[in-house]
Amino acid sequence: MLSTAVLTSRRLQPVLSSRVALLSTVAQEVLPLEGEKVLVANRGEIACRVFRTAKKLGMSTVSIHSDVDSMAQHVKNSDEHVCVGPAASIKSYLVIDNVIEAIKSTGAKYVHPGYGFLSENSLFCEKVQDIGVRFVGPPSRAIQAMGDKIESKQIAIDAGINTIPGFQGVIKDAEECVTISKDVGYPVMIKASAGGGGKGMRIAWNDDEAREGFRLSTDEAKASFDDDRIFVEKFIERPHHIEIQLLADGPVHDNVVCFPERECSIQRRNQKVIEEAPSVLLTEETRREMARQAAQLARAVGYSSAGTVEFLCDEKQNFYFLEMNTRLQVEHPVTEMITNVDLVQHMLEVAAGHPLPADLVKACTDNGGVVPFKGWAIESRIYAEDPFRGFLPSTGPLLSYSEPTTEGVNMPGVTVRCDSGVVEGSDISMFYDPMISKLVTYADTRINAIDGMKEALNQYVIKGVGHNTPFCASVCRNENFRKGDTPTSFIDTHYPEGFHGVELKEEETVALAVSVAAIARAKSEVLDSPPLPLSSSEVFQTENGEPVVVDNVIVTLGGHHGQSYAVALEDAGTRAQVRKLGEGMEYDGDVHTLDLGPMDYSPMSSLAKTTVDGSKKVIQIFGEDAEGVLSVQMEGSVVDCVVRSPDEFALSMHMKEPPVVDTSLMLLSPMPGKLISYAVEVGDAVELGQELCVVEAMKMQNVQRSERRGVIKSINCAVGDSLKVDQVLLEFEE
Amino acid sequence: MADEPKSASAWKREFRNRLSDSRAASLLGGGERRISAQHSKGKLTARERINLLFDDGTFREYDTLKGHRCNEFGMEKTQHPGDGVITGHGLINSRPVYAFSQDFTVFGGSLSETNAEKILKVMDKAMKMGCPVIGLNDSGGARIQEGVDSLAGYADVFQQNVMASGVIPQISVVMGPCAGGAVYSPAMTDFIFMVENSSYMFVTGPDVVKTVTNETVTQEELGGAKTHTETSGVAHRSFQNDVSCLKAVRKMFDYLPLSNDKESLPWKEPTDDPDRLCPALVHLVPDDPNVPYDMTAVVKQIADHGDLFEIMPEFAKNIVTGFARMEGRTVGVVANNPSTLAGCLDIDASVKAARFVRFCDAFNIPLLTFVDVPGFLPGTDQEYNGIIRHGAKLLFAYAEATVPKVTVITRKAYGGAYDVMSSKHLRGDCNYSWPGGEIAVMGAKGAVEIIFRGKDVEKETDNYTERFANPMVAAQRGFIDDIIDPEETRRIICDDLRMLESKKLENPPRKHSNIPL
Repeated sequence: MLSTAVLTSRRLQPVLSSRVALLSTVAQEVLPLEGEKVLVANRGEIACRVFRTAKKLGMSTVSIHSDVDSMAQHVKNSDEHVCVGPAASIKSYLVIDNVIEAIKSTGAKYVHPGYGFLSENSLFCEKVQDIGVRFVGPPSRAIQAMGDKIESKQIAIDAGINTIPGFQGVIKDAEECVTISKDVGYPVMIKASAGGGGKGMRIAWNDDEAREGFRLSTDEAKASFDDDRIFVEKFIERPHHIEIQLLADGPVHDNVVCFPERECSIQRRNQKVIEEAPSVLLTEETRREMARQAAQLARAVGYSSAGTVEFLCDEKQNFYFLEMNTRLQVEHPVTEMITNVDLVQHMLEVAAGHPLPADLVKACTDNGGVVPFKGWAIESRIYAEDPFRGFLPSTGPLLSYSEPTTEGVNMPGVTVRCDSGVVEGSDISMFYDPMISKLVTYADTRINAIDGMKEALNQYVIKGVGHNTPFCASVCRNENFRKGDTPTSFIDTHYPEGFHGVELKEEETVALAVSVAAIARAKSEVLDSPPLPLSSSEVFQTENGEPVVVDNVIVTLGGHHGQSYAVALEDAGTRAQVRKLGEGMEYDGDVHTLDLGPMDYSPMSSLAKTTVDGSKKVIQIFGEDAEGVLSVQMEGSVVDCVVRSPDEFALSMHMKEPPVVDTSLMLLSPMPGKLISYAVEVGDAVELGQELCVVEAMKMQNVQRSERRGVIKSINCAVGDSLKVDQVLLEFEE
Repeated sequence: MADEPKSASAWKREFRNRLSDSRAASLLGGGERRISAQHSKGKLTARERINLLFDDGTFREYDTLKGHRCNEFGMEKTQHPGDGVITGHGLINSRPVYAFSQDFTVFGGSLSETNAEKILKVMDKAMKMGCPVIGLNDSGGARIQEGVDSLAGYADVFQQNVMASGVIPQISVVMGPCAGGAVYSPAMTDFIFMVENSSYMFVTGPDVVKTVTNETVTQEELGGAKTHTETSGVAHRSFQNDVSCLKAVRKMFDYLPLSNDKESLPWKEPTDDPDRLCPALVHLVPDDPNVPYDMTAVVKQIADHGDLFEIMPEFAKNIVTGFARMEGRTVGVVANNPSTLAGCLDIDASVKAARFVRFCDAFNIPLLTFVDVPGFLPGTDQEYNGIIRHGAKLLFAYAEATVPKVTVITRKAYGGAYDVMSSKHLRGDCNYSWPGGEIAVMGAKGAVEIIFRGKDVEKETDNYTERFANPMVAAQRGFIDDIIDPEETRRIICDDLRMLESKKLENPPRKHSNIPL
């Protein structure tokens, strides 16, 4: 009895009627685009992205912004702008009435919602249409139908789409959960109906785990969403997250074109980090079948505009429908790069009432239902977050900011695209998504695109906020990633203890030491007189037939007491001899003789470019501290370097390492003031950089962050207390 | 043969041998054993320090053969040529400077009469030649065997320190003990650098402290680098070790003029475009006056190459003082820092900044002031300890200064603190505000409470904010020369400093002013 229910699934009543209603849309009048106004109900890079195409089409542009965004780049990039409220998005970007008011006051004829915010809000879509304005997106009923997990799955099943085997109804109790799990077959996933972000989600491999999973998921779902409905489905092993971008002009014209898949499996806590198109995993047959099913689903809901159907795909090419996103997605540029199609342009044209271009439809049909594509594109989402401190968000102004370019990267066949909504000086605000940009590289092959990405990341200068380029660089260096072995568990598998920086290979370290010596020399030429000496070939003597190398500088990597390399810069700096130093001044190992290219560096620049033995080296320079430690980054690896003359180095042998400061187990008040709030409680485990409490002094709120990882042992003050300097605010357990 | 008188050549040869022995002894200081003892403490020898301080091969030493004249307590039996202090001149980045370096391996670096004479000789030359003096201190104190002769030596050095003050820059680097009366020579110089965990300065040591006040305290706690750079404000910078400390001395030296002769101001070929825009400044200062930000980030955006050499970075962090370059010329930067105590002025901040302003004024270094100040720090602690007279020092120093003074208000400039911070009223040459400036007697809330005594607070606050929480009134009065786009700050300052190079302003003749000490 139950098993039939599982396999055939239960039918939910509202679906049928809504499906009928979906298909009853009448043809819309065709409107012009040129000369018309489009308002983008969004901010940041996606607003800038839409404006770019809008301008290309001769449209005028309207941005909306919150108080704190009045000087933001998306505002500067638009012809008109309207303030829709204070900083918090629930009071500005998410307030439908305010946005509608902005549309009315500017007379915009089109509204593009971007992604996030109101993009999948059917009510907003309706309200826009109610005032006679075209919503650049799907019809509201499609948004609604695809927005509900259970309903969308039902529609998919009805349309003959592969779905994950499972029980669609609401489960009464733990025993029913066990029976259903057995029918579906272990392993199973127990999920909250209202779920998202991994909350209320459990994997069970046997009856006991199913029983326990039901209990835990129910509790969690109740607590998180105030909705304890649970459902069970097959757990897919080592799945890849693969999605099909499509464009549709239905139900009026009924065309659907599907694009080659995007692989979005590199995710950290369900947040996509690196995406690519196409996927290494899919065979041509699977790709066509996936596209066929995606198109079928789009037709089933009378879809129009851009949308994306997400699938989980296992390594045996089995794929299952997950959900459909009824908007333009963050990662759309990778699709655009390999197909040369401007998705935003087609969204605007469809919204204007045009059918999809016949040549695009034909190309798609002729190619087995998938738009023809060429090459490979990779996208890294660059977030303002500190990868070394548990990826905590980082906010502030971009003190220095320079995006990589195709010309700068200068690799044959590699194209660089950087979609951002910031410039130097822009503020990464705590109020919004911390994404700085989307860095995309395109090349003929996947490996060239990855290497292009590595180089682009090397040249991406972002100062003022922490950011994840070192992490993206690390992924690009990972052998499994390079092979395409990227199930969704990739990050958990390869970074089980979090991210601790890229580890350079020995030859890279040697190249770094040489490059740093050359940078020091270049800097010295500008700032010192006399500058650091170079060895000429005349001092290149021999002793007992052995060459005598005259070291110019000793470069120590990893701080004052790290690993040292003796570097001799010879022949006007075009050649370097490097030797690793062991204990003291003893040479340890072989001499490396390396050719050095010209050094492209000035004390003003954040980037130093050179070649070492013909291979390009790009070093980012963060700055020098009071102790003379120069912090640099190469290939995503941040290294503290000390450059010393051989004399200084020899004398440094006598210097003692500073005593390890007792990293106290206490948080002390840094100033006299008032305690405003604690963000933690006794027993909480805190991460580096996590907010602990807020101290107000001189009417300024100073957030105190944890400088250690640990568990809170005690809270020593009460909110509202007035504080003295160095008063103990809380203590950590040992 | 034995009676054969020595030939003149033999005498000469013998003397040459003796001379070279003496020189060798002078180079070796207190001997191998003491040198390794010095090294084992993580300290370099006086000579090693000299070698690191100067450009390679440029140091010229004097008085290598000088010896002490003491014949008490068997001292006559021990002579170390040079007598425990190395003196001479050399080049730092090709610019001349005099130096002395106390040798702890010789009599514990103690100061003898002759030792003092050597120091006085370089100081005297330095003043005549118009070159700075750098003293590397590592001394156990007075040479007790010499009694009052040693004390006289100290006093002579003190007197010379005072005579040199404001004539040539004097830098003290404390790299070992410096206790008792000896502390007052560094104390009278312009800058004191200290080395962490190997140097200390105090008037009375831990033993005496224990006897007199019954406090138990270590040397490091009582007078270590951390104490003096964070708590007492005696020293200006601290470094992890001798090597990084001496490197930093070289770095700071590049910013300093050789003397109070205006022509001796250093200049580096600018590689940083004076017209460079600083877009980051548009967002760096939060609109909300209660949100802190780091003023050093603002300064670094504007200065050449983003370089700022901070003086006293760990003391009174609510004000930033330091050297930077604008278009290759040295400037002294004074800036309120809202990231600590909201950037208010308190006793420590006032004293710190006042002394820095006076140094710059004495040596013709233009002053660049960034203002974001909510006022003076209130409280009994401040009042009882004399914020009135200490705050007056900064006011006095700015008012007295005749060097070019350029001031930029980045956000708040409230009350008396507005006046103090190099305002137009204190002969500021170029005064600007960014559009986000708030120039008023106080913030809106406090002002409305006083003016309207709680009536219509909201409405009146809005009125007040509209009227005073911006720089318009000050601009209309001419108290600021313009409201400038933050992005253009560097360009404008560089242009002003270029014009101000020919500034001539003199205070009335007098013996000296009477700054409220």
